[in-house]
Amino acid sequence: MKPPVGILTLQGDYEKHRQAFEALGVETFGVRRAEELEQVSGLVLPGGESTTLTRLVDRAGMREPLRRFASELPVMGTCAGLIMMARSLVDEDREDYGVEPLGLLDCDVRRNGYGRQIDSFTAALEIGGWGGGKVPFPAVFIRAPRITRIGPDVEIVAEHQGEPVAIRQGRILGLTFHPELTRDVRFHRAFLDWVHGN
Amino acid sequence: MENPRNSELFGQKIGLAEMLKGGVIMDVTDATQAKVAEEAGAVAVMALERIPSQIRADGGIARMSSPGMIREIQNEVSIPVMAKVRIGHFAEAQILEALGVDFIDESEVLTPADEKNHVYKHDFKVPFVCGCRNLGEALRRIGEGAAMMRTKGEAGSGDIVEAVRHMREVTEGIRRLTQLREDELMAEAKNLGAPFELVREVAQLGKLPVPNFAAGGIATPADAALMMQLGAETVFVGSGIFASNDPAPRAKAVVEAVTYYDDPKKVLEVSMELGEAMKGRAVNEMGEDEKMAGRGW
Repeated sequence: MKPPVGILTLQGDYEKHRQAFEALGVETFGVRRAEELEQVSGLVLPGGESTTLTRLVDRAGMREPLRRFASELPVMGTCAGLIMMARSLVDEDREDYGVEPLGLLDCDVRRNGYGRQIDSFTAALEIGGWGGGKVPFPAVFIRAPRITRIGPDVEIVAEHQGEPVAIRQGRILGLTFHPELTRDVRFHRAFLDWVHGN
Repeated sequence: MENPRNSELFGQKIGLAEMLKGGVIMDVTDATQAKVAEEAGAVAVMALERIPSQIRADGGIARMSSPGMIREIQNEVSIPVMAKVRIGHFAEAQILEALGVDFIDESEVLTPADEKNHVYKHDFKVPFVCGCRNLGEALRRIGEGAAMMRTKGEAGSGDIVEAVRHMREVTEGIRRLTQLREDELMAEAKNLGAPFELVREVAQLGKLPVPNFAAGGIATPADAALMMQLGAETVFVGSGIFASNDPAPRAKAVVEAVTYYDDPKKVLEVSMELGEAMKGRAVNEMGEDEKMAGRGW
């Protein structure tokens, strides 16, 4: 039996990710402790509050175990999950970011890059053949971050208004939006292919 | 007419509520407290001039907080900032929307502005949370456009009894709906005083169509773990943190108690060596006119 896909369940919309995988007939396993990482073959960092999630990761002693995990197995981060994966955070107004991201993906991000909740929006994205099918992807951006820099090994998967909103580095996938809030499971399906070694 | 709950906008509103799940939303009265809350791991702060226990002690009219104070808190933290409006006071809500708060709480903690009507929340781009004591009240607020529900509990009491009562009332109401036949749902909608379409939807889903949080009287990590085990998806802590004698460690402990709510060893660990909890007031010793939960319907 294949080990299940893990979802970080410290905080956030992890239940929505579980439902997306359930729609694909795949079981998931909630991860809240470092030792639980050994039981999964891929990991989703969900949407939620990045400061809360990062603090809980540190309090649970999961920072180094997560970095080791990401060097070997696929990881997908959505919104707050992408912020956690970034190299560094860019924010003009603030000297003290409060949290250090985990540095799993070679990019910088600006939190709340479009503004507050009243600036949240939905947009149709061209995602090529990702996860099958050619129709645009209905992307929901909630107080979304903006990617301000990507490293040379990072590939752009999708753009919105000329800026990257979905990027990958090897089998690390980072999205500034929330595929788990829609019924469109293409990103989850593509991620599963990585987890299952296709 | 198209159902506004199927719109992209409503999806974005519920989306933010989803992001707050498994977390703690803390009442704060200034930027310093907001920073303490953020550092403790709060998923959002509720900006208000006085915490409910102070409102209770001071008496007088409790209104929307001063926009200047809310703006200071918005500038201090990166997590979402919520603020309260009086029940039915849509002009206060318009001001908070113009200010760019992330969530509006149409709250019984403030003195109601309208004893008959609540705010029509679909008119706003900002999502709303509202309190409820039972399923009927929850569905009336969702019908008006609330994107998140919370129990009313009894704010500022430090007594968990009402939050437990309200959470159990809601879940019992939902359980009952799932057991009814299709031809019994209209009569139940009449009993509940709730929109029929929502009654049908809940009967099929077996849960509310929006996230369901707990509030009103939560003072300890154990209280938070209790509400999570009773089905709350996040907890609001009002007076419980900043009316205690050592807020920062208590705030951090409540955050971890929510994350590991089903792990008693972990809840024990975070409960060690906390200072005194807020003193509080037993709800059953209050007069009816002192209770806030009866405001709104």
